[in-house]
Amino acid sequence: MGCCVPETPGKNAIEVREVRKVFGAGEAQVVALETVSVSIRENEFFTLLGPSGCGKTTLLRLIAGFDFPTAGQIMLYGEDIAPLPPFKRPVNTVFQSYALFPHMSVAQNIGFGLEMLGKPKSEIKARVAEMLKLVRMEALANRRTSQISGGQQQRVALARALAPQPKVLLLDEPLSALDYKLRKEMQIELKRLQSETGITFIFVTHDQEEALTMSDRIAVMSSGKILQVGTPHDIYDRPAERFVADFIGETNFLKAEVVGQTNGRATVKLSSGVEIPASLPAGFSPAGKVTIVIRPEHAHLAGANDKASLSGVVENVVYLGTDTHFHLRLDDGDAFIVRQQNSRGGGDLVAQGSRAGILIGSDAAQVLKD
Amino acid sequence: MARRTFDIRAQPGFGFMALLTFFALYLPIAALVAYSFNAAESLSRWDGLSLRWFASAWNNSTVQDAAIRSLVLAVWAATLATIVATMAALATTRTRPYPGLTFKYAFINQPLMVPEIVTAVALLIVFSRIKVWTGYSGMGYLILAHTAFCIPFAYLPIRGRLEDMDLTMERAAADLYATPWKTFRYVTLPLLRPAIIAGFMLAFVISLDDVVITEFVKSGGQDTLPTYMLGQLRRETSPEINAIATVFLALSVLLVTVFFFVNRRKT
Repeated sequence: MGCCVPETPGKNAIEVREVRKVFGAGEAQVVALETVSVSIRENEFFTLLGPSGCGKTTLLRLIAGFDFPTAGQIMLYGEDIAPLPPFKRPVNTVFQSYALFPHMSVAQNIGFGLEMLGKPKSEIKARVAEMLKLVRMEALANRRTSQISGGQQQRVALARALAPQPKVLLLDEPLSALDYKLRKEMQIELKRLQSETGITFIFVTHDQEEALTMSDRIAVMSSGKILQVGTPHDIYDRPAERFVADFIGETNFLKAEVVGQTNGRATVKLSSGVEIPASLPAGFSPAGKVTIVIRPEHAHLAGANDKASLSGVVENVVYLGTDTHFHLRLDDGDAFIVRQQNSRGGGDLVAQGSRAGILIGSDAAQVLKD
Repeated sequence: MARRTFDIRAQPGFGFMALLTFFALYLPIAALVAYSFNAAESLSRWDGLSLRWFASAWNNSTVQDAAIRSLVLAVWAATLATIVATMAALATTRTRPYPGLTFKYAFINQPLMVPEIVTAVALLIVFSRIKVWTGYSGMGYLILAHTAFCIPFAYLPIRGRLEDMDLTMERAAADLYATPWKTFRYVTLPLLRPAIIAGFMLAFVISLDDVVITEFVKSGGQDTLPTYMLGQLRRETSPEINAIATVFLALSVLLVTVFFFVNRRKT
């Protein structure tokens, strides 16, 4: 776990301190962001993940300066940038629609930021050439932006935002307009750009898969709140709340009762009466009834007569090539899905309609806060 | 049935109505153009093709004088109106909607709603007072009056373009360290250029064409081409007027065509 993130966190590039954003006033008031605080480390690929309307874009716009917080501070390397207009903030944005200037060539677009900063011509020229090389667009430098493809426009938008060497790069769902194959390519490209430039990236997306593959850390947002911040592993394996578990990947929710606790771990009793170990969210020590989650691939099928943690009837078997999903109806009436990887010649042991037991690994169960 | 039932062109009498409308619109103009090439002195006789009335109008110093005045006036009025209209369009689109914004639209477009003759009389009264107080009776009054009624014609295409224009362009410029002025100068203005040219040309044509307000506001010796033509018609109908009208028509068609192409190229 935590393979890609240094265990000793560096200094923070951005610190969002108790920021709140309310649109409108009086009756028509809409709270876009409840009071949120989050720190984004230097050189990190940080993702704000959540469904539309969760406040992720609002938070990004507050960092960019297109909107100003109702309350709170946004610290960029220790300096509060919240009251500054966008043109005074050393952060740049890659827009969802790219927002390339149609009356300028590719090279002029990339050089725009440096030009506005009043850099000398020779420096701009060198830097634009460097950027064109970085995004592999040298051949199209003099094209109009309307004469290049969507994927190429995306690269130009990236180069334009990276050219002034911002302290933080903000990306607002930049891949959503691309088709699947191009999106996959750009995901890898973005990771490469981030590691080559060493710039802190803040990436907004509603695509959980995108977030898991690209990020060093993810903040999961819902209804104007940040629910959990962690590495992709943390978020996937140790979701703290129901929303997080549900939003990312497939999950089984089970009712259980806490019967014992020792340093961050609990023993919970399932509806079957079997007791299994489970992890607890940091700083959370519940008692009594709780909900636990178990990912479908962290459980295994066993014969019905085995000493299984749970047992039920196999209602459906869905073959998906790489693996098979077994949809079970547990004895207490709840649904449960087990995912098993397929291997040739392994044969499928469990037939539809038969009884089966479920084995739960010692580190598979996670207790939720809600 | 092969034809779609609700196709308006399938209705009985459609062709007839269309022809009638075309004739009503274009027959008088066609007649005017035809007569401008008539060699005869009188409108009632056809003496064969000739350019003599064009030559005669061209050499008439009063016509020259009025034509130059018309052009100078139109350039001034269209330029001022376009500047004001651009500022007004920016002020009414680059802002959050607020109560009273619709009222402002109406306010800017007032010349489209108030009958021209009312404005003309009002200006006559006000300007004659000012003339007495200041002693100034130059072209300024005409330029002001024309600018005022040209503003909505310049304003509408510019506002239309600004409303279509994605605000993220300006946001992107600000994000890339452009101050509000530089954003306007390097992003908004270039993107707005076709609409500004279109607005200018519309305003130009409208100013060139005006009779009512000009007639009321002008001082002695300030005839524009349209008021000169009106004055001539009051006395006797000279075929020169036909020739001038034909040139006017050609100029307007040219400007409208250019307007069309300038606007189309952008989309």
